Amino acid sequence: MATPSNYKWRRDKDGLGVWEHRGKVAVAGYGHSPVDRRWDGVSMDKTLGAYSILACQKAMSDAGVTPDQVDGVICCDSHIAGPSGGSASRWAPRPYFAPPYDSELGLTLINAEWLVKQLGLKNIKFAPTGVPTIGEMVGMASQAVGDGMCSTCLVIYPCGNLEGRYRRGGENADDYAKGARQWTVPWGNHGGNDFINIFPHNQYCLKYGGHHDDLAPFVINQHRNGMLTPWGFNATHDIEPISVEDYKSSRFILNPLRIWDCDRPVNASTAYLFTTADRAKDMRQKPVYVLNHSQHSFKKRSTQEDLDEIEMWTDIAAKRMYEGAGLGPKDVDIFNPYDGYSIMTQFYLEAFQWHGVKRGDALKFYAGDIRVEGPHPFSSSGGNLGNGRVRTAMYTDSIEQLRGTAGKRQVRVSADTALAAFTTPPSGGWIMFAKHPS
Amino acid sequence: MPKLIPVPDEVSKPFWDAVNARKLVLQRCDSCNKLQYPPQKTCQVCGSDAKLVWKEVAGKGHVATYCVIEDGRLNRRMPDQPYNLVMVTLDADPTVNFYSNLPGTPPYKVPVGAPVEVMFEEVAPGQLIHEWRVV
Repeated sequence: MATPSNYKWRRDKDGLGVWEHRGKVAVAGYGHSPVDRRWDGVSMDKTLGAYSILACQKAMSDAGVTPDQVDGVICCDSHIAGPSGGSASRWAPRPYFAPPYDSELGLTLINAEWLVKQLGLKNIKFAPTGVPTIGEMVGMASQAVGDGMCSTCLVIYPCGNLEGRYRRGGENADDYAKGARQWTVPWGNHGGNDFINIFPHNQYCLKYGGHHDDLAPFVINQHRNGMLTPWGFNATHDIEPISVEDYKSSRFILNPLRIWDCDRPVNASTAYLFTTADRAKDMRQKPVYVLNHSQHSFKKRSTQEDLDEIEMWTDIAAKRMYEGAGLGPKDVDIFNPYDGYSIMTQFYLEAFQWHGVKRGDALKFYAGDIRVEGPHPFSSSGGNLGNGRVRTAMYTDSIEQLRGTAGKRQVRVSADTALAAFTTPPSGGWIMFAKHPS
Repeated sequence: MPKLIPVPDEVSKPFWDAVNARKLVLQRCDSCNKLQYPPQKTCQVCGSDAKLVWKEVAGKGHVATYCVIEDGRLNRRMPDQPYNLVMVTLDADPTVNFYSNLPGTPPYKVPVGAPVEVMFEEVAPGQLIHEWRVV
């Protein structure tokens, strides 16, 4: 299979104009595996590999595509629970099993080559390595299909979780701080989106007024939307809804960040099927068109990102996305930003000015009616907080809303366009979907 | 429990050597006249590597904001929990910031906006790190 190493697919600069493939690429299918809290280390039908195969099969079935029609596979091969001390770093290598589980591949690591082999895909011509996370993968797939690198592309995002405390071990168990960590971990910052955002979030509350616990309505609504998502962790595990009091009495992680501000690591996999708009018209589902994809990668000025930087970066991300999509804030019906930690979502909401929310308005907006039945169905997916750390609920919900198949989550307002992301303020990507190609 | 021990590399060695001599030095680009921390191979503004020089700076700053680590992931710091993690801005250039545990200030009692000064703390024999305390 071809693996172009120098393929320039990113749209990560200002002033690129409207995307050249706007409306010519579509999502034709998706598939979710079950969402488990952890892999138990023995159930071969519940490995990350087995779940990724299942997700791909579901995505192909959803689209009405056979394996011989698939000519592209984009699979994120990073271990979500590592490398910063993931569980695998503690107990791999270890005794393995019979093929295809005779190495870590298929158990806790997945890549395109392994999947192509297991799925028996014979006509693959695009299967890159070193694939980024889902926030950028959907952009890579959109560009690759638009550019003709492939025509029918599976996009797979596995999210692993194993026994033990998340990201304990590895370099987090080390006594020494090497590389970039010499500037952070001696004082306790072991890295992650929580640390990126907690300081700017505190500055936000100070600058605009408000209190950390004003996030409660948003978090609670995410859980509510999650319970309306049949495949998600919360819905499939009968997770009890939380109240404001539950939220306010929950334990702290990075005070003021609470446990309910953090998503729940899970073991699951998701697959999407991207294809050309022309092909999608003949497939099983109503096509969901891609109007633009964009990426960003910003470098912080010093040790810690501050509020000024976060607001500047998210403003730039919004500008790039809107420019490439040929749309503005008033044109976006469904808005599914990333919520892996609740403390960052307000930065996206205000940057993209969804439903007119400007800088400093988000906490007041959260206190209003943001239910899917209401006038401002913010983050109708329930995101990671409502579904577990699959990092794909934002995309699946957007697709379902535009198809009109979101069930109890189906918004009452119009659903012609949808904006979704897995991103941090400094890095990641956005994608704009639409019911119509133009 | 001591803090994690920094391992100097080619770029950072002058910084840590200065810290071990109880001095705070930062890179300054002679083209931009911009201070930068953490140290890098090139100036983050203009990209120059030829005009980066080490400059001792006054260890004066302010508390910008903070959190309290109650359930972190670093094994070595578990016994310290809960502990402050403070973002300190440098008075000489407030876009430069540092982390601090603010020794001498109890958890949750961090005075946001307060002036701080640099101090040095031994984390291993012969290895200091820069810390900050409320003035």
